[in-house]
Order: sequence, then C-alpha cells, then structure tokens
Amino acid sequence: MRDISGMPTKVLEPAPSEAAEGFWDATRRRELALPWCPACPRFFWYPREVCPICLGEAVEWRPAAGTGEVYAVSVHYRTGPGRDPADGPYAVALIDLAEGVRMMSNVVGIAPEAVTVGMPVAVAWLPLSDGRHLPQFVPAPGA
Amino acid sequence: MHDDEQDRSAPEGHAVTNRERTLRGAAAIVGVADDVSPTGELERHGRRLEAAMVREALADAGLTMDDVDGLACAQMPAGLAEYLAIRPRYLDGTMVGGSSYELHVEHAAAAISAGLCEVVVGVYAATPRSDRRRGGPPAFSGGRGLTGPMPGVEFELPYGLRLPMGAYALAASRHMALYGTTSEQLAQIAVDTRRWAALNPRARYRDELTVDDVLASPWVVTPLHKLDCCLVTDGAGAFVMTSLERARDLPKPPVAVLGAATGGTHAMITEMHDLTVTGGAVSGPAAFGMAGVRPEDVDLLMGYDSFTITALLHLEDLGFCKKGEGGSFVEDGKLGPGGSLPMNTNGGGLSYTHPGMYGMFLLVEAVRQLRGEAGPRQVSGAEVAVAHGSGGVLSTMGTVVLGTEATL
Repeated sequence: MRDISGMPTKVLEPAPSEAAEGFWDATRRRELALPWCPACPRFFWYPREVCPICLGEAVEWRPAAGTGEVYAVSVHYRTGPGRDPADGPYAVALIDLAEGVRMMSNVVGIAPEAVTVGMPVAVAWLPLSDGRHLPQFVPAPGA
Repeated sequence: MHDDEQDRSAPEGHAVTNRERTLRGAAAIVGVADDVSPTGELERHGRRLEAAMVREALADAGLTMDDVDGLACAQMPAGLAEYLAIRPRYLDGTMVGGSSYELHVEHAAAAISAGLCEVVVGVYAATPRSDRRRGGPPAFSGGRGLTGPMPGVEFELPYGLRLPMGAYALAASRHMALYGTTSEQLAQIAVDTRRWAALNPRARYRDELTVDDVLASPWVVTPLHKLDCCLVTDGAGAFVMTSLERARDLPKPPVAVLGAATGGTHAMITEMHDLTVTGGAVSGPAAFGMAGVRPEDVDLLMGYDSFTITALLHLEDLGFCKKGEGGSFVEDGKLGPGGSLPMNTNGGGLSYTHPGMYGMFLLVEAVRQLRGEAGPRQVSGAEVAVAHGSGGVLSTMGTVVLGTEATL
C-alpha cells in the first residue's frame, strides 16, 4: 500500500455517502474534487446534498488544485481508529486548501514531528482496497 | 469551511441582544447532589443511580417528587420520566455532550420564568469505569443514540483522528502556533487543578503534581500529554430548580440564575471556524451581560476541563484575559487555592471526576461554593460563580452565571 514514507498500512475505509460519491469517484483517478455551489458561487467542504450557504441543491463537482497549507497538526502517539500501532506515530492535520476550504488529512513523506503549522503541502494518494484512494498530503516545494 | 465570507457560524456573526433576554433572577437552583468516589468507581449504575441523585437533590432542596413537574436529561427524557413516575409538564432532552447540563439550566430558567412549569429536576449518571468490569452493554444513561449522517466517519476517522483528544490537540496546536502558548503553561492548569483536588476527599487524584510531572507524562496526541487529559471515572449528579419566589421559602439559601446563554459553532472539529475561538465568545458575553457582571466580579470559575487547552480557551473566550494571552495568564498559579481566580475547586475533570459529560459537576460545585458548603476548599465570600460547559469537541458552549441572594 505504501508508496510514500509514512503512509499508513491500515486505514478505516468508509462507505461513500450519497452526497460524497463525486468526491470518491474522482479519487479513483487520483483527482481531488470539491463540491461547488454555482449559485453562491463557491466551494464548500464537507460534501453535502445541499450547499451549506444557500441550501440549494445544484451542487457540482470541480477539480481542486490539490495544494494548501497546514492549519493545525497533532502527532498521534496513541493510535486512532483503524490504524496499526506498528506504523508508529503519525501526523493528523487540518489542511487549508487553495480553494478556501479546510479538510482533515495526514501529512506524510516527512517525520510527523517535523510537520508545522503553515507548512505548504500537496495532495498524494493512498490506494484503498476498492480502487478508491484516500487523500494524503506531502510537503510541497517551499516547505 | 474556513473562509470568513462563507462561514455562517462564526461566533461574531451571532451577537445576542441581551435586552431581549431577561432570565436574571427568574429561577434558582435549590438542590444539588453528586456521587463520586476516589476509586473512580460507583456501586450503583444506570437508572438506580439516576434515581438516587434525584432523591438526594430533592432532599437537599427540601422538596419531594410530588413537587416535580419538569425533567431535564441528556437523553430521550420520556423513559427516565416514566421510571421516576414523573408526569412532566416540561421535558428537556437536549443532548450536546458535556455542556448539556448548562443548557438544561438555561432552558429550565426560561421555562420556569414563563410559567411552563414550577420545579425542574436535572439528572446525569454514567459509569464508564465500572462498566468495563461489569461487562455486557454499558449502562450509560447519557444519550448514545445517534441519528442522521455522520460526516466525521467519512472525512475524519480515515485519517486516524483519535477522539476526543485528537480534536483538542489540533486546537492546542493552532493556539501554540499563533500565540506561542507553551506546554508548561498548559501544564500549570493541571497542577493548580490538582492543588484543589488535594482539598477534596472524594477526588480521584490528590497527590501533588508538578509541571515537570505533566511534561514527563507520555505523549497522547501532541501537543497534549497524558496529564493534560481528563480522567475516565464513574460519576452522577442532579440539580433542582424552581422560581426565586418559591426558592426563598425553602430551607437552604437560593442560588439564583443571573444569566445563561449558549454558543454553538460546529459538530466535528474540521468545521470549527477558528480553532482558537469557541462558542464561549458568544455565550460568555451574553450570559455575563444578562447577569450584569464582568469577569472581575466572578469569585469562582467552574470551567469545563476535559483537557488543559479546553480550560485555557474558556479563560480567553469568557474575557478573563485577552485572546492569545491565556498561557501567560495562568502561569503564576492564580487558578489554584489562594489565587485571584479560583477555578475548578472540586478538582475538575482533570483530578476529581469525568464520566464523559462533566457539566453537571460544574453546577453542583458552584452551588456548594455559593452556599458556603465547600469545606476546606471553600472560596471565602463567594457571591458570583460561573459554570461554563463545553460539549462535543469544543462544539457547544453553555455559560451559566450564578449568584447568592446578595447579588440580586
């Protein structure tokens, strides 16, 4: 499963919710897609059936640049759900994406203790068992 | 979401006009009870424990079951009402995690004030520690039934977020990065809370604690050490409320609700607009404004301490110090016995008890302090106390300002 150092060997693989099918489908192509409300017009996160600003249902999927910066980070010494403690500590982070939304992920490809708030990061992909991928982030140029 | 323009839940976007809200002196807490053991375990559990708390709180109030016409609990309330043979005119099953009990007080004060009911009993019992020993399904009375979508399962748990501490760790990370808050400063909160616990024979942990002890305890989720985290114990409690008018005829001095307010911002931590500003920045000023008190008037703060960072954020959001200055505010030990801002005088969630939803114990201790019943840990001359609860993952804040008769 690992193609970048620090990627987990085991993760919870959530069933895609109806509202998030567009997100998960895009991950099959290793693409980060975000929900977009054409009426507002803006991106939002997390995926919902309706836009959380106007409650309109005309939600579209648009590709994201896959870049952002670390908003907050916690190295988990106590393992969270679905993880293998043998993988060692890992960095759970909130990432502010270039599109103005914030998502949770992991920062890998670097010692977890070296991940800092404000660090520029770019998306990388962890293959899941059913062809989907889970977004992970690695330090981007300038980090 | 984090973008200012698209965020509708930013605390500053919901300024509450205090003159529209007039709970000051509308109701009083007239009875309290709690059950906690230094072993962390209780013999009773489930409905029996809830019933015992109701019985003891009513005895403390000088009231009987016949007087009760309202019930508050953080679960489907009809089942508990039936068990207790209450036929309620008022039911509150608000379940927002640990701050549910502060919200229950706010709602009950409004209901009593509006004449919907006369005597409300609020109750909580949970025994997560002894449930492990008992085996079988946990006898939680806290509502565990979850309905509706759970986006956290899809968009947080795959990243290995360990709840609840991982969410609080992210908040602490952000606070440290923005304001230079240190692990030593957070540790001081645990140290001062332990100093209070040393004065409480029922506290789970009473041995002296140092900043070095906290820093030497294992990392759980950085930047939180094990001793930055609350206990897991059994515990239960209850309160009784009625109108101030009726309270004045009861044996014990009434503890008046001077102000109460709620501030909710999110459910999962990813959706918290600013991880350094909680809904307490809304509920605090609203409750203080209603009460007509300023932070410097507060003799005692019961500030929900699920983690050290939780308590630090309360100090800032309630206005005891400026945003970002919580670390330097606490480092002189002012929160401990003899300090200028006594906080969590029962020993808190960090050293007294924490059965999962700790907010009940904030109220019970505040009432005991305002009645002068706190024994060796009594804050002398306490007239105004604040119980400030935090529910979920810094998600829903409830602030209750309480005062003695002299404050009315």
